[in-house]
Amino acid sequence: MPAIAETRDAVESLGQSTYKWGFETDIEMDLAPKGLNEDTIRLISRRKEEPEWLLGWRLKAFQAWQAMAEPTWAKVSHPPIDFQDAHYYAAPKKKAGPKSLDEVDPELLRTYEKLGIPLHEQALLAGVELPEGQEARAPIAVDAVFDSVSVVTTFRETLAKAGVIFCPISEAVRDHPELVRRYLGSVVPVSDNFYAALNSAVFTDGSFVYVPRGVRCPMELSTYFRINARNTGQFERTLIVVEDGASVSYLEGCTAPMRDENQLHAAVVELVAMDDASIKYSTVQNWYPGDENGRGGIYNFVTKRGACRGARSKISWTQVETGSAITWKYPSCILQGDGAVGEFYSVAVTNNHQQADTGTKMIHLGRNTRSTIIAKTISAGQSDSTYRGLVRMMPKASGARNFTQCDSLLIGDRCGAHTVPYIESRNMTAKVEHEATTSKISEDQLFYCRQRGLSEEDAVGLIVNGFCKDVLKELPMEFAVEAQKLLQISLEGSVG
Amino acid sequence: MSNEFVRIAGLCAKISDGGTDKEILRGVDLEIPAGEVHAIMGPNGSGKSTLSYVLAGREDYEVTGGTATFKGQDLLALEPEERAALGLFLAFQAPVELPGVNNANFLRTAVNAVRRARGQDELDAVAFLKAVRKETKHLSMSDDMLKRNVNVGFSGGEKKRNEVLQMRMLAPSFAILDETDSGLDIDALRIVAEGVNSLRAPDFSALVITHHQRLLDYIVPDRIHVMARGRIIHSGGPELAKQLEAQGYARFLAEAA
Ligand SMILES: Nc1ncnc2c1ncn2[C@@H]1O[C@H](COP(=O)(O)OP(=O)(O)OP(=O)(O)O)[C@@H](O)[C@H]1O
Ligand SMILES: [Mg+2]
Repeated sequence: MPAIAETRDAVESLGQSTYKWGFETDIEMDLAPKGLNEDTIRLISRRKEEPEWLLGWRLKAFQAWQAMAEPTWAKVSHPPIDFQDAHYYAAPKKKAGPKSLDEVDPELLRTYEKLGIPLHEQALLAGVELPEGQEARAPIAVDAVFDSVSVVTTFRETLAKAGVIFCPISEAVRDHPELVRRYLGSVVPVSDNFYAALNSAVFTDGSFVYVPRGVRCPMELSTYFRINARNTGQFERTLIVVEDGASVSYLEGCTAPMRDENQLHAAVVELVAMDDASIKYSTVQNWYPGDENGRGGIYNFVTKRGACRGARSKISWTQVETGSAITWKYPSCILQGDGAVGEFYSVAVTNNHQQADTGTKMIHLGRNTRSTIIAKTISAGQSDSTYRGLVRMMPKASGARNFTQCDSLLIGDRCGAHTVPYIESRNMTAKVEHEATTSKISEDQLFYCRQRGLSEEDAVGLIVNGFCKDVLKELPMEFAVEAQKLLQISLEGSVG
Repeated sequence: MSNEFVRIAGLCAKISDGGTDKEILRGVDLEIPAGEVHAIMGPNGSGKSTLSYVLAGREDYEVTGGTATFKGQDLLALEPEERAALGLFLAFQAPVELPGVNNANFLRTAVNAVRRARGQDELDAVAFLKAVRKETKHLSMSDDMLKRNVNVGFSGGEKKRNEVLQMRMLAPSFAILDETDSGLDIDALRIVAEGVNSLRAPDFSALVITHHQRLLDYIVPDRIHVMARGRIIHSGGPELAKQLEAQGYARFLAEAA
C-alpha cells in the first residue's frame, strides 16, 4: 500500500494527473532474469508447462527474429531498444491459474476495481436490485491479464454452456491443443515481421476464443491487459476462431502505471472467420502515453490480422487509440472467401510528444469482397500522427470494392498529421475509392462554443467527438461512452 | 448605481494584425439600463462587431483601456463561458459551423452548462426536447434543423434563426444581436423580432446591431446609438433611425470630426 500512495503522491507533484490509470500495484512477483536468449524462452515455456511442440515453435521464431532487423519505414523515432535489458516473464506469485474469484489475490481484485473493470459476476448479475429505472449493464465476460499471466476469466461456465471457449491462451494450449496447434501462427506466421517474431518467441499470455458452428456468442467478451511490473515487456497473444455461421464481439482494453522509462508491448492478435462467420474486434488502447515532456510511456508495436477464410465472412476492427508513447499498428483483413467483408474504423489521438503510425491493410483475394476504412486522426501538442493504409486487389478479386475515408484534425500548430495510402489493383473490375480531409479546430469554433457557456475543454470534447462520430458508433454501446470520455481526457490541456 | 445593468466606459481595444497593432475601439461609452433595448447603427468597419466580441470575451482582441460591467460585475475579468453563465448572449453576425456536432446535442450541452453554472437543475432529454420543440415551432423551424450539424449547410436565414433559437433556450439577461436581421426574408424578420420582443422584461436588456431601419419598426428600441471609427458619436430616441435612413451618416461624421 505505501508504495501505491507514494507513487500517487509523486505523480501528483509532477502535475501529470491527467492519466488516471497510472497507479502501481504492490504485489510480489515471480520475475525471469533480465535478458533474451534461448534459456529465457525455455524458462517461459517451462513456467507455462508447455508441450514440446510449442517450445520448438518458439525457438524457431526466436531464430527468425535474430536474423531480422527492426523495421524503420514507419514515421516514428525512438532511441534504440535494448532487448536484453528487460524481463520477459513477470507473474504475480501465488497459485497459477486460480479457478475462481475467491482464489485471486485481493490486491489484484482491488486493482481491477480501481480500473473500473467488472470482475465480479454476481455484482453484474444483481441487476434486479438496481434502483427503479436504472438498467443493469449487460454482462461482459472478462479475461484479466496482469503482466505475463491471466489472473482470472469470468463467466466461463455460462459461455461453456453455449459451447464457447473463452480462456487464457496458456490454458488453451493445455486443454485444447489441437485447436491451438491448428490455428496459432496460421494468420501471422512466426517470421511475419520483427515484432511478431519476437512475440512468437516470448509470448506469455493472452486470450483464446473459440465459437463453434452456428453459435452467436451470448455476451461480449473482453480482455483487459495491465502492465504493472517495471522493466518488463508485455507480449500477449490472442487467437480467436469463429466457425461457420457463428459470431462474436470482443473488446480489448489496456492501461499501465506511469513510469519514466519506456516499456515495450508487442502483441499479436490472430482472427479466423469461416463461412458466414462474423468477428467484431474493438480496442480501446490507453497505455500510459508518457508525460507532457515525452518522458516514459509504452512502445506499442502490435501485429493484428484477421483472415476471412470463409465465404461471406466478416471481420470488423474498431480501435480508439489514445495511449502509448509510440503506436505502430495495422489491424488488417485478408479477404479470402468470396463476398467476405473487412472493416476498419479507427480513431487515433496523439497529444504532447506521442507518435502514432497506424492504419490497416485490406487484401482482397476473393470475388466480390468488400472493405471499408474510416480513419480519424487527431493530433495535438507536439505530437505526430500518420495514417498508413494498404488496399490490394488481387487478380481473382473480381467485383471487389474498397471505400477509404481518412480525416485529420489538428489542434494547435505544432503537431503533424500525415496520410499515406497505398493502392494496388491487379483486377480491372475492382473499385477503390479514397477520400481525405484535413481540418483544424479554429479559434472561431472554440469562441462560439464558449460564448454558449461551454468550457474550453468541453468545447474541444464536443468537436472531437463530432469528428469521430462515424467510428465511435461502431463500438459496443457502453464502451462508446467510455471512449468519448477518454478522448476528452487525452486532449486535456491541448488548447489555450 | 442601483439600476446599473450594462455599463461601458471609455472602452478601447486593438488587434494585432500581422505584427502591426490596429486600434479598433477608441473609447466606447454606452449604458443600457435594465429592461431597455438599444440599437447601434453605423458604417461598415466602424467597430460594431468588435464591440460585441470584446463584450463576449474573444481573446484575439486586446482591451487597452476602459471598463465594461454587467450587473455590477467586471465583465472583462471573466472567461467567455462565465459571461454566458452571467446572462450575456451574442447572436453572431457570422454563425460558426461545427461539423459532426449535432445541433440538438450542442444546444442541450450548452443549456445544461449554463444551467449548472447558474445553480439550476439540468434538463433531462425529455424536458429539453419539450422546451426546444416549443421554440422551434415559434420560430417556424423544422425539427430537421435539430438533427443536422450545427450551422453546417444552413442557409443564411436558417443560421440566423438558429441563433435566435439558441438565445431563447439559453435565457439570457443581456442579448447582443449582431445583424441578426441580415439575410432574413420578410416573414422571418417578423418572427425573429417577435422572438426578441417576447423576451422583453424588467430584467432583460438587448443591444441590437443593424444596418436597416426596417428591423427597428418591429423591435422598437429605447435608444439608438451611432457608432463610427470605434466610438459612439451620437445617441437619440427611436426616431433617429428614420433620420439616418433618409440622410445617411455624413452629418454625424462631420460633426464628430
Ligand atoms: N481579426 C481582425 N483582424 C484584422 N482586422 C480586424 C479584425 N477584426 C476587425 N478588424 C477590423 O476592425 C474594423 C472594425 O471591424 P468590425 O467587424 O467591428 O466592423 P463592423 O462595424 O461590425 O462592420 P460591419 O457593419 O461591416 O459588420 C474593420 O476595419 C475590420 O477590418
Ligand atoms: Mg459587423
